[in-house]
Amino acid sequence: MRPLPELTPENTAFWTGGAEGKLMIAFCSDCSHAIHPPQLVCPKCWSEKVESRAVPGTGTVYTYTVNHQPWAPGMAVPFALAVVDLDGAPGARVTAEVVNADPESVTIGQKMKVGFLNLDDVWFPQWEPAQ
Amino acid sequence: MTLNAAITGVGMSDIGRKTNRPAMAHLAEAARRALECAGLTRDDIDGISTYPGKADNSPGMSPLGTGEVRNALGLKTRWHSAVPDGPSQMAPIQVAAMAVATGQARHVLCFRALTESSSQTATQRASIPGAGRARLGGWYSYLVPANAMSASNWAGWMAQRYFHEYGMTREHLGLVATGQRVFAQANPSAVMRTPLTMDDYLGARMISSPLGLFDCDVPIDGACVVIVSAADAAKDCAKAPLTIEAMGAALGSQETWDQRPDLTTMGAHDSAADMWARTDLEPADVDVLGLYDGFSIFVPFWLEAMGFCGHGEAKDFIAEGNIGPGGRFPVNTGGGQLSGGRLHGFGLLHEVCTQLWGQAGGRQVEGAKVGACGMGGGFIAGSMLLRRD
Repeated sequence: MRPLPELTPENTAFWTGGAEGKLMIAFCSDCSHAIHPPQLVCPKCWSEKVESRAVPGTGTVYTYTVNHQPWAPGMAVPFALAVVDLDGAPGARVTAEVVNADPESVTIGQKMKVGFLNLDDVWFPQWEPAQ
Repeated sequence: MTLNAAITGVGMSDIGRKTNRPAMAHLAEAARRALECAGLTRDDIDGISTYPGKADNSPGMSPLGTGEVRNALGLKTRWHSAVPDGPSQMAPIQVAAMAVATGQARHVLCFRALTESSSQTATQRASIPGAGRARLGGWYSYLVPANAMSASNWAGWMAQRYFHEYGMTREHLGLVATGQRVFAQANPSAVMRTPLTMDDYLGARMISSPLGLFDCDVPIDGACVVIVSAADAAKDCAKAPLTIEAMGAALGSQETWDQRPDLTTMGAHDSAADMWARTDLEPADVDVLGLYDGFSIFVPFWLEAMGFCGHGEAKDFIAEGNIGPGGRFPVNTGGGQLSGGRLHGFGLLHEVCTQLWGQAGGRQVEGAKVGACGMGGGFIAGSMLLRRD
C-alpha cells in the first residue's frame, strides 16, 4: 500500500489540487518566489503572504531513476521516478512516478506533463511524456 | 588550528548479517573493545553520545538510546546527547568533541548500534523512512508517497544526473565497488569477502538505475564505539591520541534530496569546504580516507567535495587507481560499507583510526599520519580531519 502524506495547512493545496486537475505550487505573493516543498512563510523574504496557485503542469526532466526493487509487498516494478523542473515555478521541482511510458524511455531533458492518481483524500502528481 | 579534542579508542562488535543478537549485546562488546583500545575503564567515561537516539523510524535502524545504554553498561555519565538532526551520522562525534573541548566531559562514549539485517523480513524492508506509519510528514512525505521510497532511488537521481553531465559510466562505479572488495578481503571483520569481478558487478541485478546491487551498502547487525577525549585527558590513554584537526558540517541546501539546485553535488561539498577553511592542512597531506559509501556514487562525490580532484573529474581520478589498494589516496581500506557492512559511517571512522594507529594488518597504509573522514549523503554531511602527531 502506497503511504499517504499527512495533510497540513501548507501542503493541502499541493496534495488535493489534482481533484480539479491542477498542479498547485506555493508562491510568495510579495516576492513571487516559488516554494517547494510548500511552506507557510516565504524562505526568501519571510513574508507570510504565501498562497498556492496552479502552474501549467508541464516541465522538463532534470533527472530520473528506474526502480527495479520491490520495496513493499505487491509493488509492481520496474517504474521510473522523475525529478521535473516545473514550468512556471523557477527553482521548484516535483518528484513523481512516470506513467504511460516505457520506464527505460525516460531521458534527461524530456518534456513531461502532469496527471494525478487519487488515493483516499490525496491526488498524487504523476508524470507522462508531453506529446 | 587544532580542536582540544582527540579520538582515543575505537571498538566494533562482531558484526554480521542476521546475527539475531540483540543490539545491546553488540553495543556492550563494541564498548568493551573501545575501552580496551583506549586503556580506559568504564568509570572513566563521563559522557555518552549517539545518532539519532532511540527512534522508531525504520526497522532496526535506531534501537538504542543514551539512557538505556547508560543504565545497561553502568556508566556514570554527567553529559549526554542524542542527535537526530545535525552533521550526519558524524554528529555525535562532533558534538562530543565540542563537549570535551568545553569541559563538559572528559571521555565520551560515542556509539552507533544497528540491527537492520535481523529486522529485515519478507514483508518489511529496512531503511524505508516512516515505514508502518499511517501518514507521513516531513521532507520524505514528498518522496516516499511518490514511490521514491528508498535512498537508493534518491541516490539514483544524483548518479543519473552526474553520469549525464560528466560522462561517468557504471564501470567507474564498478571500480569503487570492486576496489573496496579487495580491501575487504584483507579485513577479517568485513561481511563481504569473496572476490568481486567487474563482470560480477555489471551482471548483478539493477536496484535503481544506474545503481545496481553492488552499488548499495550492506545492512548488518552490529555496533561501533568511538571514544572522544579532551586533549589533556587523552595523554593518559594507551594509544597516541588522534587529534581532531578540523571538523565541518553542512545544511547548505534544502532539507530534502530532490531540491538541491545542482544534484551533481551533495551536502558533502558544503561540509568539506567548511572543514578545510579551519586548517592549514591540504588534501595532499592526507594519507587515508573514510568516505561515506551508502552508495558507490557517494565516493566520487566525496572525493570531489574534499578537493582530491576537481568537480566532474572523479571518474578519471578513480580510473587512474588513486583510491584503491596501493593508490595515493586509499579510500575505505576496510572494505567500506559496500563490502564491510553499514555501520552508518562509524565503521569508516573506525578504519581510519585503525590505520592511523598502524594496526590495519595486511591492508595497512604505510606511515599513515593524517586521515580524512566524510559521512553522509544527499543534504546531510559531516567532515573530520584527524592527525596523529
